Amino acid sequence: MRQYNSMRRLTSLLFLAGLGLLLAAILQRLNFGQPPMIVGDAINAAAPAQVGAANLVTSVVLAYRGFDTLLELTILFTAATAAGLALGREPGDRLADPEAGPIVRAGADLFFPLLLVVGLYIIFHGHLTPGGGFQGGVILAAAFFMPQLARPASRLEHRMTTLIEGLAGATFILIGLLALFEGEAFLTPLLGVGTLGTLLSAGTLPMLYLAVGLKVGAELAGLLASLAEMGAEE
Amino acid sequence: MEWLVLIIVVVMLGAAVAVLLLQHYLAVLAAWSVVSLGLSVLFVIVRAPDVAMTEAAIGAGLSSVLFALVLRRVGLWRIDTGVPGDAVKKLPGREPQR
Repeated sequence: MRQYNSMRRLTSLLFLAGLGLLLAAILQRLNFGQPPMIVGDAINAAAPAQVGAANLVTSVVLAYRGFDTLLELTILFTAATAAGLALGREPGDRLADPEAGPIVRAGADLFFPLLLVVGLYIIFHGHLTPGGGFQGGVILAAAFFMPQLARPASRLEHRMTTLIEGLAGATFILIGLLALFEGEAFLTPLLGVGTLGTLLSAGTLPMLYLAVGLKVGAELAGLLASLAEMGAEE
Repeated sequence: MEWLVLIIVVVMLGAAVAVLLLQHYLAVLAAWSVVSLGLSVLFVIVRAPDVAMTEAAIGAGLSSVLFALVLRRVGLWRIDTGVPGDAVKKLPGREPQR
């Protein structure tokens, strides 16, 4: 046993030394404070005229790196599906938890519409102000989890969230495919640039972000709800 | 601005140490989300509002809820229902927590 422990320590030390060597080698080649990339400056200069989104982050996330975002959504979908499979046992006739106290119930009633508005605002203004589909979607998921926190007996409609999730994901891909019919590359923004800084600008980007927001929100709300419905360990 | 960053970093470090030292799992979770919240304020200060939003929504909000639900699922934390006889089952090697 002692020999095994000392072996393990030796391996850890060797690993640490190797990691330190690698980091030192990288640090030596790196000019601190001088980014070698010029992509950022190029995108900053070209994006407002090319994409028309006032929020440059959005024009990178959805226009220049739209395919990347699609794969990100796929990863999230796979993770949520795997979690759903692991948790997917029916709650059965297990007794629901008792209702929360009056403070939590009143807070949930108060926060539900507020969070809904904030989430939708962040999604719809994703191409204008910071934020977007991912952040707004998480806020939407939190909004729909709130009533369940206050009244555990009220169950979320899982069929509904799955439907919204599927439709939103299909819409994202469909908008991407529409660009192919226009003779452009997959997920190229369509419908023109519009006026910079107005709500109806940046072509299909707001639609894409709406799809992202609904998908992320439905997915995470479903995940939280199924985790909550599982309840405590029997 | 620098003193603000200093305060936030000290709070974050304190919370991070508290994560290691605290005994109650829910308290650990709260301290851990304080780290995320401080980080999101730091992101705002370095003018990365998009990242700050993500950090606040996912790091401080959603994953804390997720971890709380998982703690409940694996039996390390139970909601106090107030029902007599609803005693917390003692797990081997761990103190039950309410």
